[in-house]
Amino acid sequence: MDLFLKAFEYYMDNQSFFWNATRQHLVLSSFAMVISLLIALPIGIWIAKRTGIAQVVINVFNAFRVVPSLAILFLALPYLGLGFFPSLIALTVLAFPPVLINTYAGIRGVDAFIIEAAVGMGMTKTQVMSKIEIPLAIPAIVTGIRIASVEVISSATLASFIGGGGLGDFITRGFALYDVPIMLVGAIPVALLALTSESFWSLFLRRYQIPEN
Amino acid sequence: MTIEMISSSAETIETPVSESGEIVFEHVSKTFATNSYPAVDQVSVRITAGDLVVLLGPSGCGKTTLLKMVNRLYEPDRGKIWIGGKEIHTLPVNELRRQIGYVIQQVGLFPHMTIQKNISIVPRLLGWEEKRINDRLEMLMQLIGLPVSYLPRYPRQLSGGEQQRVGLARALAADPEILLMDEPFAAVDAINRERLQTELIDLHSKLNKTILFVTHDVEEAFRLAKKIIVMRAGKLVQYGSPLELVTQPENEFIEELVGSNNILRKLSLVNVNSILKARENQSFYTSKFQPVEKPSTVLHPEDDLRSVISLLLCSGKDSLPVKDSEDQLLGMVGYSDLREMLISNLPSE
Repeated sequence: MDLFLKAFEYYMDNQSFFWNATRQHLVLSSFAMVISLLIALPIGIWIAKRTGIAQVVINVFNAFRVVPSLAILFLALPYLGLGFFPSLIALTVLAFPPVLINTYAGIRGVDAFIIEAAVGMGMTKTQVMSKIEIPLAIPAIVTGIRIASVEVISSATLASFIGGGGLGDFITRGFALYDVPIMLVGAIPVALLALTSESFWSLFLRRYQIPEN
Repeated sequence: MTIEMISSSAETIETPVSESGEIVFEHVSKTFATNSYPAVDQVSVRITAGDLVVLLGPSGCGKTTLLKMVNRLYEPDRGKIWIGGKEIHTLPVNELRRQIGYVIQQVGLFPHMTIQKNISIVPRLLGWEEKRINDRLEMLMQLIGLPVSYLPRYPRQLSGGEQQRVGLARALAADPEILLMDEPFAAVDAINRERLQTELIDLHSKLNKTILFVTHDVEEAFRLAKKIIVMRAGKLVQYGSPLELVTQPENEFIEELVGSNNILRKLSLVNVNSILKARENQSFYTSKFQPVEKPSTVLHPEDDLRSVISLLLCSGKDSLPVKDSEDQLLGMVGYSDLREMLISNLPSE
């Protein structure tokens, strides 16, 4: 209890610093999510119809996932330098695999006879994709986005190591000073943000669900 | 009697059938890349507009392939297909498909769309006005016997039989001349299947669409079809009315398929209407119903009555001799004995 009280005191004394860090954290995470969606969604949709290429693309992105986020940050360091931009790249790459794989799997998972019915009724390829396949893949796609967003929000703390800012600054500072309350000022909001994002997407999914009976 | 007949025939004024529903296959062949043998082999057949024609045959005989070439889900390697005098490849493929109703076994309703949206897909693709779509929706729901209150529901909230009805309504939505039905009732339970079949016959007589119906179920084929195309190994084996198939099977395969050699099976395959039609054509009646000559037909004491009636029908006689194992004549048994036995209470032990 004492720890939380001290953490709160630290927050009260450093409010502008805290809110600035939170803003940085959110900007970094949401930019990374938006960019990876802009890239991974179209690729996922595109490879869904090309099984041959699909396996190669998925394997390449999966290979990225095996590399730890921290390693990506440091690997990017010599080429991209320090700060916001390299952090953004690393987080974007991190968000790719769940979005890409779920998009691909969601579209592939639409029953063949539903597609056949749509084609047989005279829908064009684009219509089948936009009116049937993508809407039916939405639950899978959103699940991918949910997983990616939680990963990105929690990994954004690492950006602090290369000067990317965000709530990770409190964690690194607390670690350097061996001060647990300062670490908590960073860790608790990150956990809350991740939980909020998780529940937001779950609610979104529930609203989208087709009613039964 | 005469007055009744006149009045009833006056009531059944046939809706004029549009010739645009005629389907002609001309030497159509198709071999799939994965097979060395053709799935459909040189099929030529003319389907009259307004007929309900069943494509019948064992699985892998090419009946579904033939059907799917009509709406170009498959492309023939050779041959031509004409609809209403137009070769199907002269039209843009999606335009062609929007003119043809298509019903599949798994129904294929779109689970994320309401019944209303499902049914109105093709009219929307064709750019119908909202009012026209709504009027059509109401009319279709009435036609398939579902309440309008079902329109905002989702397919999952309906029973299997109801879903298949909606599938049919969706296929009929833009009022196509032709309906293609690929084993539509195969996944429905027996009771519902029979109901759907009756409804389809009813619907067909009301709407006068050309219906191509694929099935491997002989009973279903005989119940529904005006004409049946029997296929085997990609080839058309016989094209004729159910009665023709039973009475003039082209070969042993047809005989076995329709059970021509089992006279009681025949009874369940032919309806009263066939007799009436055959009677109109007296020459057909006399020439095709020659009793099979089996002078040596003899009954045995242990024969069950089902086989007795079968033997009686085949023999063309009114009664047959009963003999025991030592060839001793025990008496004669005929139709009247069967009738009496079945109407009076069966003897108690």
